[in-house]
Amino acid sequence: MSLFANRIYSKTITSLPTLILFLVVILGLNINIIFKNYNFIINFSYIIVFFWSLKKPEHLGYGLIFFAGIINDVVQGLPIGISSLDYLLLSAIGAFIRNRSIIYNLIYDWISFFIAILIVGSVNYIILITIFKIPIVYESLILGLFVTFLIYPIFFKIFVWIDNMVLVKQYDKKNR
Amino acid sequence: MGRDDLVISARSIFLNKGNRRKFSLFTLIIVSVIVLSLEFFKIGPINQFRSVTKDAVFKTSYIISLPFLSLKNVYYGVSDFLKIYEENKQIKNMNSNIAELKYENQFLKEENIRLNALIDEKTLFSDNYHVTNILLDQQSPYLRSIVINKGFKHNIKIGSAVRNGSYLIGKVVEVNYLTSRVLLINDLNSKIPVIIEPNGISAIVSGNGSKFNGDIEYLPEKNQVEEGHVVYTSGADGIISSGIPIGKITIKNSKKFVKFFADFDQIKYVKVYFKK
Repeated sequence: MSLFANRIYSKTITSLPTLILFLVVILGLNINIIFKNYNFIINFSYIIVFFWSLKKPEHLGYGLIFFAGIINDVVQGLPIGISSLDYLLLSAIGAFIRNRSIIYNLIYDWISFFIAILIVGSVNYIILITIFKIPIVYESLILGLFVTFLIYPIFFKIFVWIDNMVLVKQYDKKNR
Repeated sequence: MGRDDLVISARSIFLNKGNRRKFSLFTLIIVSVIVLSLEFFKIGPINQFRSVTKDAVFKTSYIISLPFLSLKNVYYGVSDFLKIYEENKQIKNMNSNIAELKYENQFLKEENIRLNALIDEKTLFSDNYHVTNILLDQQSPYLRSIVINKGFKHNIKIGSAVRNGSYLIGKVVEVNYLTSRVLLINDLNSKIPVIIEPNGISAIVSGNGSKFNGDIEYLPEKNQVEEGHVVYTSGADGIISSGIPIGKITIKNSKKFVKFFADFDQIKYVKVYFKK
């Protein structure tokens, strides 16, 4: 029983990034803010997908990212597949930066994240406006991406803490 | 050298599955594009599959969000409890004889039915409704909507009116087998034909994203709409029945708005109208 409980605990801990992502998309925890007639959304899921794809891709599989995107679309009432495409593009950019860079620091990650969400935001905007004719206020989209970019360092610190305190410890325990 | 590096990087990112991964990134991006393009096909099997998938996601999402919903309910319960004293005072001060108003209302209703019969007016709208709970009330900048626990199995159709108590809160825009999505009247895409009483002025109420106020469009230039006038549905669209209260007129910086009667934060149950 103890072994079983340990295994469940270990599995839960190593799946923490996935659990966080799924909670965010299922409960709609992406915060919706109305500021001076601009209605924008802080996209926590972008931060989660980008950070874990960049730092520890082994904790967040592509299949699960795809599935999370599908759930997000159904919950938010968006065309099914658009969020999956966004998340997978973010993963691709994260993986590309991981492949090409030697030094990791917050500033470098932060700038990369800015470029990544601009690319993903543009793809998202083009598809929704031109193909699906969904009325999106451009300023709201940009404002949302900018605020998401601004809060990235906070989540960076939290995720690095989770990684160091929980995931690395668990990994060490496994390898001992 | 740089170009080769890029090609190797791209190949490793898109085509390598990596440890414990079943799909490559490239495969999943292609699948996403295919799924996205299926949105254009509204044919039978694809629609059914989409409807079942949505039902499953909505129900699962509802079950997972139950603990969080109960926390939210506790918060609103406590804040309601704190307001009880103030509300009680207000109710005592209200000079309204409810029983008297009820009889008057009953008389007017019956008189209306008699007069309609005289002019051979046929009622197009249904009085049948389901009371249902809300599965999801996630708000996104693209869509202000709720998901309700009734679908086409329960005769719900696109365009059905949805009320919270006596007040209109939206209409059904998407119907699945067991669930439906309701577009709220504060959504940017929502346009409801209304009549403003007591002067009987017709206009359109459109959402602006705010959960408190809506915009009024197509008002006559010289209108006599004043603060406190009541906005009802006019039924001009032939979908939503007439006379459902929506809100009261408020004027801010000489611009007229509708202050919604419904509190969109505290909707738990709604009435959805259907035709048998």
